[in-house]
Amino acid sequence: MTAVTIPEGMPQYGDVPRFDVERVRADFPILGREVYGEKLVYLDSANTSQKPQQVIEAMALHYAYHNANVARSVHALGAEATAAYDNARAKVAAFINAPSANEVIFTKNATEALNIVANSIGGQLKPGDEVVISEMEHHSNIVPWQLICERTGATLRWFGLTEHGRLDESNLDELVNERTKIVSLVHTSNILGTINATARITARVREVGALLMLDCSQTVPHRGFDVVDYDVDFIAFTGHKMLGPTGIGVLWGREELLNAMPPFLGGGSMIETVKMTGTTYAKAPARFEAGTPPIAEAVGLGAAVDYLNSIGMEAIAWHEKELTAYALDALSTVEGLKIYGPKVPVGRGATISFTLGQIHPHDVGQVLDSLGVQVRVGHHCAKPACDRFGVPALTRASFYLYTTTAEIDALVRGLDQAKRMFS
Amino acid sequence: MQLDQLYQDIILDHYKHPQGRGLRDPFAAEVHHVNPTCGDEVTLRVQLEGDRVVDVSYEGQGCSISQASASVLYELLVGRSVAEAMAVHAAFVELMGGKGQITPDEDVLGDAIAFAGVAKYPARVKCALLSWMALKDAVARVEEKS
Repeated sequence: MTAVTIPEGMPQYGDVPRFDVERVRADFPILGREVYGEKLVYLDSANTSQKPQQVIEAMALHYAYHNANVARSVHALGAEATAAYDNARAKVAAFINAPSANEVIFTKNATEALNIVANSIGGQLKPGDEVVISEMEHHSNIVPWQLICERTGATLRWFGLTEHGRLDESNLDELVNERTKIVSLVHTSNILGTINATARITARVREVGALLMLDCSQTVPHRGFDVVDYDVDFIAFTGHKMLGPTGIGVLWGREELLNAMPPFLGGGSMIETVKMTGTTYAKAPARFEAGTPPIAEAVGLGAAVDYLNSIGMEAIAWHEKELTAYALDALSTVEGLKIYGPKVPVGRGATISFTLGQIHPHDVGQVLDSLGVQVRVGHHCAKPACDRFGVPALTRASFYLYTTTAEIDALVRGLDQAKRMFS
Repeated sequence: MQLDQLYQDIILDHYKHPQGRGLRDPFAAEVHHVNPTCGDEVTLRVQLEGDRVVDVSYEGQGCSISQASASVLYELLVGRSVAEAMAVHAAFVELMGGKGQITPDEDVLGDAIAFAGVAKYPARVKCALLSWMALKDAVARVEEKS
């Protein structure tokens, strides 16, 4: 197929890391099932990913043979469960290149991770201070900041978006200024698919002495993330979008920042000592992990990290890039279809949102569902992004390591059927 | 899945040719309802004369189910007494809450019996009810004022 010969010594097409998608699919029991007698076509991984047998088994084994509470028992099971929990933390830390496993805080989800920072750092804001977000945030990176700004009198500001669905950085120097205390941005948009280039923003944040948080919920599962390389202060992501279970998310932060921050939730495990007259707090990560943590979920997340590593994040990222290029092409053949977000497979992830003529996304989703094709419809918890483009709702197809081009073809066929039905 | 159970011809017909759409004066009350899970919206006005519903006008954005349901509501309820309209309303709400187990009475519900299939799709029941809940709210507001 390749007509162009690449000179020797240059990277060749064959150098791209590959994996066998069919073999990967065989690890996911759910991908073998049918819905309404149709083959399941799961195109909703940005919502939640499916789970490989390895993750399901790791959690089942934990419950079957190693279950106990962590960090408080002297007995054998307690020690095994604690070791398993700590081991999962170490795996996650290595996965994002965290300098220390103490910087990895297990939360309920990415939303809780964002809320910890908003409340702990944000709680110290004063009138005149500014927080900067963007118009493409998930509600979980908008509402916590709105709440904290209401409470403290700080001002919430945001980056606008360009027509192509990228961050409008034209007013960066004015927007991020000496009054800015924290900038919290989505790294990969869950609705537009945009991967934000952060270098200029990071440089400006450092210049004014603010903090930078990135919501990496849609990045870590698909291409990994290196917290040192990106020079950020905090990131949030979630387990269930990266082959792991629901009920566990991650807040990563610089250790010295975490240990200087006031706790968010109080309770057991997060203390140093408690007296009726006052309490001193443990250091991170325990500082932010009040109560019994999601132990089996951590074990599942650790297994998910192992699984992703066994395939290789570079190979996964490349697979998704090819799928995205294929899907952008295929969708452009559907008359009346309009894509919101970048229309080239560069600087974007494998999530594509669109409208189909005047047909409401609910109706599109329902027709697709009847054919076994599972997509998400609605505002995707990103209403401001919808408002920015003047649409109440979008249909979203999102891909992952187990997605195939045949599934994208099924999507396109389903869209044609929706058009026939509603035109 | 039997898509045609959900998208009956009556529903598609009302969707493509909505009855009574557009906001009109005069009106006794106006309400704005949203479906927070999907972002669909309806603005609905009601005009009463004595105990009679003389007009229901509406504008909004939403899926075929929500739009068709507003159109059917207009056809079915305008011209009736408030008591009759509320009786039909109750029958429609009951049908939607019936998980597909209720056989609708065509004498009471007219075209709205086409929504019987919608009741089997929990995710779509709220779409069908959006304008109906807005109407109930609007009538209640008129009655509060008087």
